[in-house]
Amino acid sequence: MDLTCDFFTLFRLAPRFRLDVAALAARYLELQNSVHPDRFAQAGQAERRLSMQWAARVNEAYRTLKEPLARAQYLLRLAGRDPEAASGALAEDTDFLMQQMEWREEVRQARQERSMAALRELRQRLAREVQAQYEALAARFDDEHDLAAAVGQTRRLMFQEKLRAEIDDALAFLEDAEDAENAGA
Amino acid sequence: MSYSVKVIDHYENPRNVGGFDKDEEDVGTGMVGAPACGDVMKLQIKVGKDGVIEDARFKTYGCGSAIASSSLVTEWVKGKTVEEALAIRNTQIAEELALPPVKIHCSILAEDAIKAAVADYQKKHSA
Repeated sequence: MDLTCDFFTLFRLAPRFRLDVAALAARYLELQNSVHPDRFAQAGQAERRLSMQWAARVNEAYRTLKEPLARAQYLLRLAGRDPEAASGALAEDTDFLMQQMEWREEVRQARQERSMAALRELRQRLAREVQAQYEALAARFDDEHDLAAAVGQTRRLMFQEKLRAEIDDALAFLEDAEDAENAGA
Repeated sequence: MSYSVKVIDHYENPRNVGGFDKDEEDVGTGMVGAPACGDVMKLQIKVGKDGVIEDARFKTYGCGSAIASSSLVTEWVKGKTVEEALAIRNTQIAEELALPPVKIHCSILAEDAIKAAVADYQKKHSA
């Protein structure tokens, strides 16, 4: 095995955005078995250390390829593009950022009002939007091979995934508060 | 990570929070964002006939440093001409707020927001 090859090669997958999740999982198990540190329990120290490095790399590769956003960022990096590059004024269109700001405002308000129903509704709405964005991103990467457009789409998804995490945080916070109240009652 | 006294002051008492009507002739609006941390920043300037910025407002969703950076620049741009406002550099913001290296991008965002607001104002007046 070659430690320096890219994650797609490691998993014997074509470097595309749309990917066979079952094949990814199957290959992960196979790789994990072959590099598992237990198999090297009797081996020398150098070999054991190498197997641990391998296991870590296999895990990192799997996590990266499994998550759509991480996969998109990785594909762009392989192509020499950096979606995180300094914002640069007007890099995102104003309407999109305005909309992001409105979403944040709604999350803040729902959290303040302790409204789990409102947060769940926001989460659903966002999930639909994000789903559509990922489908568009797949088309940019795999059908149109338009990397510049893929960078823009990936940047939008980075904002949206951040927003999704924020909604999840708010929900977890309210659920914890509710549990604490129930426990105290 | 600990915030400097100045960051905490701007965070707890943000100056000039809010907004103007973005369709007004004398208002320039700058919207910028940083995808890596998800921060979104809106900076607006109200410019007098003489080209001097009379007032400024901001709204920022992000960390304490991003809020402090935008709060600070609304204070700094007031009384400056739009050209002078464009001369504000992120390094000055970072220095004033004693931002640690990992938070420099917040000051860059604030500088970009000024540029975007001025560009929007100038676009309205170029015609």
